[in-house]
Amino acid sequence: MSVEVLRAGLLTTLQDRGRGGCAMLGVGTAGAMDAVALRLANALVGNADDAAALEITLIGPRLRFEKAATIALTGAEHPGIAMWRALHVDAGTVLDFGAARHGARAYLAVAGGFTAERVLGSASTDVNARLGGIDGRPLREGDRLAIDAGGGVAKESHPAWSLDPRPWFDADAGTPVRLICGRHFGALDSASRAALFEREFRIAPESNRVGFRLDGPRLALSAPLELVSEPLAAGTLQLPPGGQPIALMAEHPTIGGYPRIGHVAAVDVARLAQRRPGETVRFAQIDLDGAQTRYLERERALARLIETIHERLLQ
Amino acid sequence: MSEAAGRDLSIELLGETALLLRFGDGLDAATNARVHAAASALRAAQLPGLVDIAPAYATLALHYAPAAWFDANGGPPWRNLEAAVRAVLATPPAQDDSTSRVIDVPVCYGGDFGPDLDALATHAKLEAADVIARHTAATYTVAMLGFAPGFPYLFGLDPALHMPRRASPRTRVPAGSVAIGGAQTGIYPSELPGGWQLIGRTPLVLFDARRDPPSLLVPGDCVRFVAIDAAALAVRSA
Repeated sequence: MSVEVLRAGLLTTLQDRGRGGCAMLGVGTAGAMDAVALRLANALVGNADDAAALEITLIGPRLRFEKAATIALTGAEHPGIAMWRALHVDAGTVLDFGAARHGARAYLAVAGGFTAERVLGSASTDVNARLGGIDGRPLREGDRLAIDAGGGVAKESHPAWSLDPRPWFDADAGTPVRLICGRHFGALDSASRAALFEREFRIAPESNRVGFRLDGPRLALSAPLELVSEPLAAGTLQLPPGGQPIALMAEHPTIGGYPRIGHVAAVDVARLAQRRPGETVRFAQIDLDGAQTRYLERERALARLIETIHERLLQ
Repeated sequence: MSEAAGRDLSIELLGETALLLRFGDGLDAATNARVHAAASALRAAQLPGLVDIAPAYATLALHYAPAAWFDANGGPPWRNLEAAVRAVLATPPAQDDSTSRVIDVPVCYGGDFGPDLDALATHAKLEAADVIARHTAATYTVAMLGFAPGFPYLFGLDPALHMPRRASPRTRVPAGSVAIGGAQTGIYPSELPGGWQLIGRTPLVLFDARRDPPSLLVPGDCVRFVAIDAAALAVRSA
């Protein structure tokens, strides 16, 4: 049982929730850019939370299913494919994704999960470290993806319902991205401190899974800082000497030596991941307690929803 | 370690899913040793919800799941974890932790394997043989791994061998290259772009995700370089 890749798309990779526990070895987390969409895609086909799914970036692949399967697609909108629900595909079905209409990253889960070797505990593709996925690289034409047996939903019991994506998916560039001030925020000059929250930034074309470079007002420190390399986290907003901030994303390095002027609230990292190069970002300040409270509320609501989905699939 | 690791510890936030423990700001072996002592104490303590413990030169990140530290009647999760971390580090470790592993790393210096050895010798006003003698004389400490999986940043380089990075980085540095960047020496675990001065090559595989353990070196290990000739390199690489 396998899925044949007829066309790979712009950047299609196998991803799960990422590779934890290896930062001391210099191995980053990688994993899905929009972890919420990944988890809901898996839930809709009855998979465990950490099953491997395809992360489809902007322009999707063309895939032929050699056998019937149950799939679910979440995240960036792809016209012509029903999303946020379980779908049955017959043997021989060709899914052609084309370009996403809204958002940047879609997640395709199959019941059972794509078969992938777990490297250091995860199937996630880390392109720079060449780990996980298929030999640590994105999909290419001619690849065959096996599907793990078991799991899934019989055709006749396919639920007729779909999820309302609105609480879980927001690719609207008008929504502010909440940002916690970082250790070096106070080292910015006063014009830059104001600009960070008042001005608009644009996601530069060279942005990728490692980080989003943000074009806009050049930010400057009031005095140069000599820093040694320190650990980083997803969402860290770094300021390299050129003054163009970089928001670190899923495949960020484990350490870095640039000033950390902010941290994208964990609850908004998935939203930022759905913005496309060329789209705008506005930051709204949030304090750490507020950000942590919202993150916990979101995680609880998501866990409840996933539990409800699993219960309904069993009925 | 006789003194409590919690001395002079400041705890910062790296977003709402990681704490950053700061033991200092610089590149010094004593501060780095405290980072490694704290990392091992925290690993041993098995605090709930810890996703990753990431040591660097003078700081240590604790990546955590805030839900594990939620207390409906108490403070925010990060404060609860901070208190637990301070409690762990206030207790001196039961055992002296100073017996680091020492790993010998064979290196074939110069020639095609170390194309910058002569430039380093000129920079240091030494003969190439003296550079090799000094590089092999020291015992180094793995300060941290980063940049790429298994890339060790080593403390302990003879000050005579300090040399700035190349003005223009190479697009490909071969796996196993032993190199100098400023006051540090390191080893490229895989083929990577890089700007450090290349002085030799080791046949050892520094990182293999399918091996257990995957990394030859871990933070806190000691390293000695041992000079080998090209024939020995060829045999050991085979």
